[in-house]
Amino acid sequence: MTQKLIIIGAGMATGRALETLLETAPNAYEVTLFNAEPRGNYNRIMLSPVLAGDKTYAEIETHTPAWYAENGVTCRFGEKIASIDRTAKTVTAENGDMLAYDKLLFGTGSNPFMIPLPGHDLEGVIAYRDLEDTERMMDLGPDHKCVVIGGGLLGLEAAAGMAARGVDVTVVHIMGHLMERQLDEAAGYLLRNALVAKGITVKCSANSKEILGKDGHVRALLLDDGTELPCDLLVMAVGIRPNVKLAQDAGLAVGRGIHVDDQMVTSDPDILAVGECVEHDGAIFGLVAPLYDQARVAAMTLLEEEAQFVQKELSTKLKVTGCDLFSAGDFAESEGREDIVFRDPARGVYRRLVIENNVIIGAVMYGDTADSNWFFGLIRDKTDIAEMRDTLIFGPAYQGGPLADPLSAVAALPRDAEICGCNGICKGTIEDAIAGGATDLAAVKATTKASASCGTCTGLVEQVLAVTLGDDFVLPATASICACTDMTHEDVRRMIKSQRLTSMPAVWQECGWKTSCGCHVCRPALNFYLLADWPLDYTDDPQSRFINERKHANIQKDGTFSVVPRMWGGITTPDELRAIADAADKYMVPTVKVTGGQRIDLLGVKGEDLPAIWKDLNDAGMVSGYAYSKGLRTVKTCVGTDHCRFGTQDSTGLGIKLEKTLHGSWTPHKLKLGVSGCPRNCAEATCKDIGVICVDSGFQISIGGAAGMDVKETELLVQVASEAEAIDVIKAMTQLYRENAKYLDRIYKWMAKVGLNWIETRVVTDLAERAALVERFELSQSIYRHDPWAAHVNDKAESYQPLAQLGLEAAE
Amino acid sequence: MSDWIDIAALDDIPQRGARLVKTAQGCVAVFRTATDAVYALDNRCPHKGGPLAEGIVHGASVTCPLHNWVFSLETGQAQGLDEGQVATYPARVIDGRIELEAAFLAARTAA
Repeated sequence: MTQKLIIIGAGMATGRALETLLETAPNAYEVTLFNAEPRGNYNRIMLSPVLAGDKTYAEIETHTPAWYAENGVTCRFGEKIASIDRTAKTVTAENGDMLAYDKLLFGTGSNPFMIPLPGHDLEGVIAYRDLEDTERMMDLGPDHKCVVIGGGLLGLEAAAGMAARGVDVTVVHIMGHLMERQLDEAAGYLLRNALVAKGITVKCSANSKEILGKDGHVRALLLDDGTELPCDLLVMAVGIRPNVKLAQDAGLAVGRGIHVDDQMVTSDPDILAVGECVEHDGAIFGLVAPLYDQARVAAMTLLEEEAQFVQKELSTKLKVTGCDLFSAGDFAESEGREDIVFRDPARGVYRRLVIENNVIIGAVMYGDTADSNWFFGLIRDKTDIAEMRDTLIFGPAYQGGPLADPLSAVAALPRDAEICGCNGICKGTIEDAIAGGATDLAAVKATTKASASCGTCTGLVEQVLAVTLGDDFVLPATASICACTDMTHEDVRRMIKSQRLTSMPAVWQECGWKTSCGCHVCRPALNFYLLADWPLDYTDDPQSRFINERKHANIQKDGTFSVVPRMWGGITTPDELRAIADAADKYMVPTVKVTGGQRIDLLGVKGEDLPAIWKDLNDAGMVSGYAYSKGLRTVKTCVGTDHCRFGTQDSTGLGIKLEKTLHGSWTPHKLKLGVSGCPRNCAEATCKDIGVICVDSGFQISIGGAAGMDVKETELLVQVASEAEAIDVIKAMTQLYRENAKYLDRIYKWMAKVGLNWIETRVVTDLAERAALVERFELSQSIYRHDPWAAHVNDKAESYQPLAQLGLEAAE
Repeated sequence: MSDWIDIAALDDIPQRGARLVKTAQGCVAVFRTATDAVYALDNRCPHKGGPLAEGIVHGASVTCPLHNWVFSLETGQAQGLDEGQVATYPARVIDGRIELEAAFLAARTAA
């Protein structure tokens, strides 16, 4: 005998339950479907693409009137149920009709939560829940303003959709970062940048105070810091609450949602419930995957078949074009949990895995979510990842093959093996410091000075920590710039660019610096990032520079300075040499040395003599050699075609032109160039940051050499035919390096991170990009290509003198 | 009673900077912080004699330019796990002028 089934609510969960029911046993029930909305079931998740204009309502309608008719479903759309009589097993519709049921299925869904702010009932304050809300948003034309309260999944989709329609959108979020339930701070920050790039204004940690109106219509949102955000439409997307009113009135067991068991049956055996209105085992549901599971179980239960609803791990993806993110599981930090983090700043990629007992329990991915399903599988199946831990973060393509233990080599070192070459610290000293309580890198650094100078031994020191402490030591996943901030260089640099931070206080504020004005580690880095990214807006801050760059001379161990005038391309004249000799005599310079960069170093000059000696050298036509700078040092040359019988091009001339073009430019670390006139390479160009080898057919430009702590040969970037093009490529290359590298990374280190191909694409292949880089380089050089010696002689000479000289008598 | 010596205008020292005062017993570094507090310390790091006046000033601390030891400008005490003490001297700003206490010179002589 056919039974009567009444379904309350035509949503995605009841829609799926109905489909399953009709497919499995088409004649088991005579179905009546009530829906408060004047339409049938549509794919509510796809409202965002409709809002963004990527889809139309017709495309997201899942059940058409024809479908309901074909399947014999009686539709009562636009009608609510007024009451339920469970004893008589009847429902009463709003119009008074009374209908009997054998089984009742609740799918009443949820209500958007409206914050009861003053003014929340004004016209133009809406939620984002159904097609009507979506249409309201779509009706708001370009050049109107909209405020979205709520930086969660729904709020951001609403914001992005409206921004795509040309609406001026501001998102107000009460938490410190967007989507805090699904994302950690770093991913939230990347997401924020992406939204900002779409023209959306994002205000985090912002408390709404009042909705201001005019003539009954919303006018602006007032924040508790006094900011007024004008708007024509205000969308509240702060969360949903299961809609339990009807169930409660009917006397069903209700908590946050309608209580159901594993078979989706409520406290009344003839009433089932599915979807966002239910509470199962303490949980309520907002994502579609578990709702579909519930729907299938409910259909089976209605057909008296065995089925059980089991809660599973959930994952989230945001449906905003260009914001590729994925989040699953639990990623809160807590005792016993470890992180593996991978960042590729150049591509804007961030991946973080949270691991507990060799099982991944959470994952956040941003920028590249191609492997998200694989990671989700590992979370869901609680796979033991111990074996693949070392390469886990790189995804499934990197699994397999034997793994070497990098720690065994460190463990085998004797106690007197030197770990930190700069400070002469051996392994035993570090072990003793660890035994004395220095159990992390910062503490070891502070106690022993190991890795406190050049930092190349940082990895080794960490490995000594790991070997000594065993499991008590967790290799840090990411390193912040310094103790003033938790952010990495890459994060801060991205903030400076994307948020248009053009002053140091703006950086401290926006990036949440923990100190009032930074420290000797972060300030020089920030000063560089700001002047490199905003040459016109930012004013160089000498007080944030190391003394060498502040006083344009190299400090020596006794507090005196060295003075190196520039010799363009290593070429000098008898007059210049005479002036140098005279200066050396006049200021009693104790040491005169020829440098490796083809010029002359005057060592041991007193600080207060600097302006005077510079003046003398300036008068002889010489300028600062920037021998102290994280900037262009020298362009080393050979004599080329001028004199050499093998020379193929005018290498000296090119060297001089390059030095004249690049001098004064600040770079992440020092920048040394070399130009050799033939492949015999007398200028040693192939171990410079940028090297040029002249050949008959042109100029081979190679990059990423080093001859310091590391020795590296350059790699070929491009061969060009003309000198002019060589200069352009080198300018573009320098600018790309300035704009992207981490402070204190030489080109070779930066290249190891971004890859030669990435550089090649921008500097060699894409000619428009090359031209843009050259243009930005020249813009910056219009400010910085000057002689700081002359400037200081004119404006700052006084500051090199003592403030006062006190005789003994002053004290008496 | 303290006897204060007028040294220079506050603005002769840049914010987050320092200048030297030469005395018969060596140099005293006078620091000005971002908040215009003024401190006077010996211009000599106890580690390797680095000139502290050339260091980077941050908060109420200075970092020695030679090996990055950090000292509190208030106490002269080395920060972190470094151990060392730099002598400090009373300094104040009155009507935009920096003043040092005269008695410090005598104390330096006696030391």
